[in-house]
Amino acid sequence: MARITLDDLAHSYLPAPAGEADYALKRMTHVWEDGGAYALLGSSGCGKTTLLNIISGLLHPSEGRVLFGDRDVTGAPTAERNIAQVFQFPVVYDTMTVRENLAFPLRNRGRDAAYVADRVQSIARMIGMETALNRKAKGLTADAKQKISLGRGMVREDVNAILFDEPLTVIDPHMKWELRTQLKTLHRQFGHTMIYVTHDQTEALTFADKVVVMYDGRVVQTGTPEDLFERPAHTFVGYFIGSPGMNLFDARIEGDRARLPGGEVELAGHYDAAGAGRTRIGIRPEYAVLTAGQGLPVTIRRVEDVGRHRLVRAETAGQPVDIVVPEGMPIGAELTHVAFPPDRISVYADDWRIEGRAA
Amino acid sequence: MEKTVNNRAWLLVLPVLAVVAFSAVIPLMTVVNYSLNDTFGNNQFFWAGLEWFEEMVTSDRLHDALGRQILFSAIILAIEVPLGILIALNMPKRGFWASLCLVLMALPLLIPFNVVGTIWQIFGRVDIGLLGHTLAALGIDYNYTNDPLDAWITVIVMDVWHWTSLVALLAYAGLQSIPEAYYQAARIDQASRWAVFRYIELPKMKGVLLIAVLLRFMDSFMIYTEPFVVTGGGPGNSTTFLSIDLVKMAIGQFDLGPAAAFSIMYFLVILLVSWVFYTVMTNLDRESGA
Repeated sequence: MARITLDDLAHSYLPAPAGEADYALKRMTHVWEDGGAYALLGSSGCGKTTLLNIISGLLHPSEGRVLFGDRDVTGAPTAERNIAQVFQFPVVYDTMTVRENLAFPLRNRGRDAAYVADRVQSIARMIGMETALNRKAKGLTADAKQKISLGRGMVREDVNAILFDEPLTVIDPHMKWELRTQLKTLHRQFGHTMIYVTHDQTEALTFADKVVVMYDGRVVQTGTPEDLFERPAHTFVGYFIGSPGMNLFDARIEGDRARLPGGEVELAGHYDAAGAGRTRIGIRPEYAVLTAGQGLPVTIRRVEDVGRHRLVRAETAGQPVDIVVPEGMPIGAELTHVAFPPDRISVYADDWRIEGRAA
Repeated sequence: MEKTVNNRAWLLVLPVLAVVAFSAVIPLMTVVNYSLNDTFGNNQFFWAGLEWFEEMVTSDRLHDALGRQILFSAIILAIEVPLGILIALNMPKRGFWASLCLVLMALPLLIPFNVVGTIWQIFGRVDIGLLGHTLAALGIDYNYTNDPLDAWITVIVMDVWHWTSLVALLAYAGLQSIPEAYYQAARIDQASRWAVFRYIELPKMKGVLLIAVLLRFMDSFMIYTEPFVVTGGGPGNSTTFLSIDLVKMAIGQFDLGPAAAFSIMYFLVILLVSWVFYTVMTNLDRESGA
């Protein structure tokens, strides 16, 4: 096991990339600490799979290096890296039984039969397929096959890292939750570095200690789920994490004030956004408060009851705004304004968060 | 509710019955007729019962031809199937070279059978053929017209040249349908090249290989034109396969009765072997799917 470093890495699928737009993965340096449970989150096509394939050696990066510990493995084949990877869609060896499938990576490494049998048994228990061990893998359902794929990914104890590429896409919901819990347990037990690719934020936030958010070929933020929620470093993170995502408003930033078309909002510090192209302020729907006169005038369009709270879809200053209203609070006609607590407001210049100086 | 039965629907089947009758049943019955009678021309027939069949079943000549036929089919299958797979595995997967390979591979399949025979007949000639003359110049004693082994080698190499492409193209189609993820998973699982072939490529190619083997078996078991053009069945009877022998018997010696009995048994043998083969393969498939 080792720390995995992506050093000045970039990748393009084109033979002669001209501009930055030709790169599927923009130049980055990123460190995956040994033993971390990471979720790699981002929308489809943002380069998550490319990044995984580079780590596992299925893909050779156009530029930069991959280091395991201090060893440069950029040119090393997949087998030499000793990495496990589980793909989005199940891959099973049709002619083998479930048992042989699970044993395959161990047999290829020449482990002795007793050890293999023991490992296969415990993995089978983990994925709930003990009774199906002697069946051929061919006739199984998609989610059983995916469980086998997961099992094959976890069967080696000595791997440098386990990479999961949206592994639960084809699994049904209650099994999803259970398998995720199993993965967590496995992580606690063996301390493998795990990187879990997903575009489902719930999956990411429940699995990982650290969430890495990618957008358009770039890592835009790495942090704990709390960091991502409270202090999104990029407007994409704000929008992508949370349900619904962060409210973003175009605003002119003038010191400790943000000027919106509908009025002014007070900020927690002094911001210097001079020279930036587009400036915006962001506020989580959970922190926006409906008031009877304080803040910006708001027009309520719709109220959705989503269980523990209600979600108000409204409009202020000509832009849509979502407001979470706690349970029990009546939404009356007197609530005509929306207020944003200054310390909950994030300020963005050209999509990146900027920090203010204390007022 | 009871459905009304309208037997006039059967009339719709009549055209098909008519076509099948004229294309298959009636010609076949003519052969059956010949096989059960003796005739000396003038459309006069004398009942012979199963006499011709008995004669043919016990005929050494037929046994020898059958033996040669089985040997021939076994050899070409043993060469063409592995060779075809090997070629398919090494063909480029996409791009210009893949297209070029496909065209080159398809070429031998497009040449008429008797032209293939003529090509090899001339190619192998010691006096003017490129192959025969070169071998002679190298001091190798090669002559397909009077050495049975050379004749066999020539006929087999010709068949391999002519038909390996078919196996290769079918295998290639099977390989192309394997998703990239399987190869990636195999790399992750640290599988050897042999394991990739054994557990991924071969199982995925099984369906098309079944068809390839069946086609090559049937075709080679019925082979006539190419060896007839090259060796005429000789030297002696060494390359006289079933079809060649049958034609000799029917047209050369005009033994219509025995030839008809021979034809029917020949047909039944091919049908039987193909059926057994197909059943075994599909059963294997079902077992592994259970």
